[in-house]
Amino acid sequence: MIIELITMQQWSPYLAGAGIGILAWFTFLLSDKGLGCSTSYLKTCGMVESGLTRGRSREKLYYKEFIPSVDWQWMLVIGIIIGAFISSILSGTFRLGIVPETFGARFGFDPVIRFIIAFIGGVLMGLGARWARGCTSGHGISGNMQLSTASLVASVCFFAGGIGTALIIYSL
Amino acid sequence: MNYKALHKKGTVQLLLGLLMGIIFGFLLQKGGVTEYDVIIGQLLLYDFTVLKVIFSAVLVGMVGLYILHHFDLITYHIIKGSVGATVIGGLIFGIGFGLLGYCPGTAAGALGQGWLDALFGGIIGLIIGTGIFAALYPRLLFILNYREFTKPTLYEWFRVKPCIFICFYAAGILVFFYLLEMAGL
Repeated sequence: MIIELITMQQWSPYLAGAGIGILAWFTFLLSDKGLGCSTSYLKTCGMVESGLTRGRSREKLYYKEFIPSVDWQWMLVIGIIIGAFISSILSGTFRLGIVPETFGARFGFDPVIRFIIAFIGGVLMGLGARWARGCTSGHGISGNMQLSTASLVASVCFFAGGIGTALIIYSL
Repeated sequence: MNYKALHKKGTVQLLLGLLMGIIFGFLLQKGGVTEYDVIIGQLLLYDFTVLKVIFSAVLVGMVGLYILHHFDLITYHIIKGSVGATVIGGLIFGIGFGLLGYCPGTAAGALGQGWLDALFGGIIGLIIGTGIFAALYPRLLFILNYREFTKPTLYEWFRVKPCIFICFYAAGILVFFYLLEMAGL
């Protein structure tokens, strides 16, 4: 039964979501933290910048508030990569890919086009995530379960912007 | 049980972060949300997997956190917001979300299951984007502080106790799920 569950290709989204909810109890209980991802990217950038400037970039105001270092949340994001890898290997769905089906059907299967659009999206998302002080995990999941005003407003804006952009690029 | 001493143990926390990340990534992948096709399906409003995952997590999470908090076992960490930070930042994030088709957490998960666009486009872009914010931060402060939200939690706006609010929120989520299933989404 357990073996069947972990080798299944996909779970009901309700079950996966409930599992994430239970995981969040433990992040608060054992680590005094909510699930979140975007500061890990910031810290990665900060560590790279610090290496390139021999530490001078650490004087930046924002890096004084969020000190670039390997911390709990940075390890969380590394863990996500490993966890998704394990899950996809166990269910036999791991495969290398570049252009997702839906994207290719609309914009063609040229990897360069996919990389460019994904890159622009990633830059805007990174900028917006720190601007809004959280992402779909920090606001969308762990912020909303704490009944935070900012998290609900942020989530509505994430999806309003995302739905608007997707509808425009897929219908133009 | 003195589990709160754990919070200060650096190496233990790094290992816990890794372990919890592995579980998080496993659940995201099993939920189907590490796939571009699923996320873009949500943004194009024909596949509601993403909202099902998020609201199931919120439903289970908020009830558990409330009980843990009630018995003083945990501390809430509520992010402060403002029109300038939350709305503007949220919309910039949203535009990126529509173009990338992953979010910061699911991009990491997508890479784990082999999607290279999540790495070369998404993750590299995310690292640079957050760095741009760090560079601009001192000049953005006046926007970020524009019209701060006066009430940090939702129940304060309705002037009800948290437990009452949670009951209504939970009922709302269940009705939303019921309507989605009725509509075959």
